[in-house]
Amino acid sequence: MGMTMAEKVLARASGKRVVRPGDYVTARIDLLMANDLGFPKIYDAITQRGITKVWDQKKVVVVMDHSVPAPSIKGAENHQKIRDGVGALKIKNFYEVGMGIEHQVLIEHGHILPGRLVVGGDSHTTAHGALGAAATGIGATEVAYAMVKGSLWFRVPATIKFILKGVMPKGVSSKDIVLKIAGQYTIEVGQYKSIEFLGPAAAALSLEERINVSNMGVELGTKFAFFEADHKTLDYLKGRTDQPLEPFGPDPDARYESTYEMDVTSLEPQVACPHSLNNVKPVSEVGDVPVQQAYLGSCTDAQAEDLERAAAILKGRRVHPGTRMLVIPASREIYLRLVKSGAVQTFLEAGAMLGVTGCGPCGGQNPGVLAPGETVISGANRNFEGRMGSPKSFIYLGSPETVAASAIEGRIADPRKYVR
Amino acid sequence: MNMIVSGKVWKMGDHIYSDYMAPGFARKLPWEEEKKHILHIHPVFAEKCQAGDVIVAGRNFGCGPSRENAATNLKKLGIGCVVAESFARIFFRNAIAIALPVMECEGATRLFQEGDQLELDFENSRVRNLTRGGESRGPLLPPELIDIVKAGGIMESL
Repeated sequence: MGMTMAEKVLARASGKRVVRPGDYVTARIDLLMANDLGFPKIYDAITQRGITKVWDQKKVVVVMDHSVPAPSIKGAENHQKIRDGVGALKIKNFYEVGMGIEHQVLIEHGHILPGRLVVGGDSHTTAHGALGAAATGIGATEVAYAMVKGSLWFRVPATIKFILKGVMPKGVSSKDIVLKIAGQYTIEVGQYKSIEFLGPAAAALSLEERINVSNMGVELGTKFAFFEADHKTLDYLKGRTDQPLEPFGPDPDARYESTYEMDVTSLEPQVACPHSLNNVKPVSEVGDVPVQQAYLGSCTDAQAEDLERAAAILKGRRVHPGTRMLVIPASREIYLRLVKSGAVQTFLEAGAMLGVTGCGPCGGQNPGVLAPGETVISGANRNFEGRMGSPKSFIYLGSPETVAASAIEGRIADPRKYVR
Repeated sequence: MNMIVSGKVWKMGDHIYSDYMAPGFARKLPWEEEKKHILHIHPVFAEKCQAGDVIVAGRNFGCGPSRENAATNLKKLGIGCVVAESFARIFFRNAIAIALPVMECEGATRLFQEGDQLELDFENSRVRNLTRGGESRGPLLPPELIDIVKAGGIMESL
């Protein structure tokens, strides 16, 4: 009997020939990530015990992205403490303020490889499943422990698979797939499980589109959210790593807890309405919802392709006078691509604002948050009360195309009429 | 650490986000202020909960961000344990890591009403209603995880 992707990684990392769902294993970590939000606590937890060394300086990555650039004197002191701590622990991979959002930075800099076990102090670490890595989020204390020990306990998850078929229609993108899954199968469909996205329509997605789906995996409750590592994955990684690269997927006779099929051919743009990803509707059924803000910028929706598609819709048009639009590219590399392609100029000419690369207001902690009673159409990943500012504000989530179309009309809008 | 926990029940619904236990908008407030916003989706919990109380919740408790403050804030309030129909995995891990006893228990929300007295035997994954009678069992955790909680958290087991 073969193994799923999750089982293969956890068996290898725990030195076992075979593991099965429900087994508890202690597994060696291949890569550990922390960000500026968690690092001070992690550093204190380690050094208060008199420990001065991490288990492997090359396998730890620290990225400054959540509260950047320093918003206050206290924030600046916090950054200082992180820089000192990273230096004291001799951590080799440190990405400064302005490099981008952790998940994007890790992928761009070749830290994520197929079949590896990755843990990070951020729930959206599931994003790396797009490259065939077993990647998942943990809390700060466990990051501290793993930084010293290099291993953690894992319960081997059952695996479910989504077979994606058909051809994506114009004006619809991978964000709509994952919103549709949340709406149809609920935010518990993947709870404590591993998901594999397989089938011809999964293979047809670009690497960036796959990242959007895996990133949102945690919103479906998953531990891991895998795509197979295929030629697209390996082509992307060539030149970004000197490690040997091989395709990675499940064994042909792997056992799944359940299988879901989805034909994307008739998929409409999807919108998650307040205050839950269980509350998803096709854009045509959302009704008349004026938006005071349109936001593109987070680890979910601010990759180069996302923003290029949004810019194509905004080209030659203006953001509605009753709406402010904020765009924050997910990394410096993406920003540069958008400068070269002209997309940055398109956004500015349309009347949008561009922010400093980083997590932005998605988690409610940087400029761009909402007042009571305000509504945002956002390309980010969460819409519960208070996520992006006032607990009395309203967050609707959609694709980058839906956000761009809504920015133009000043109310939630179907992007398909803008896409030729 | 005591593996038998008892206390007065506060009931919560399904899909309680970690953010509700550590709201982003209250993160920078002093603790005495921040704690007034913990589980703000419950009408009176923040105002009336006492150290030693416990939480009984529905499905998917602690979904959302990985913020460990969700678990540590409950512990700082003195919450003795959380018994839920099911947990989101990061919250469950965080609770074990900081030694907040948690138990998955199908039917927990039917077994308890708000204000009942609950007794949890963490090691044996058994919960009893001391007010109305009735008990239930959950899946047993492996000894390694129980040892982490007994030690007072994963850092203590380093």
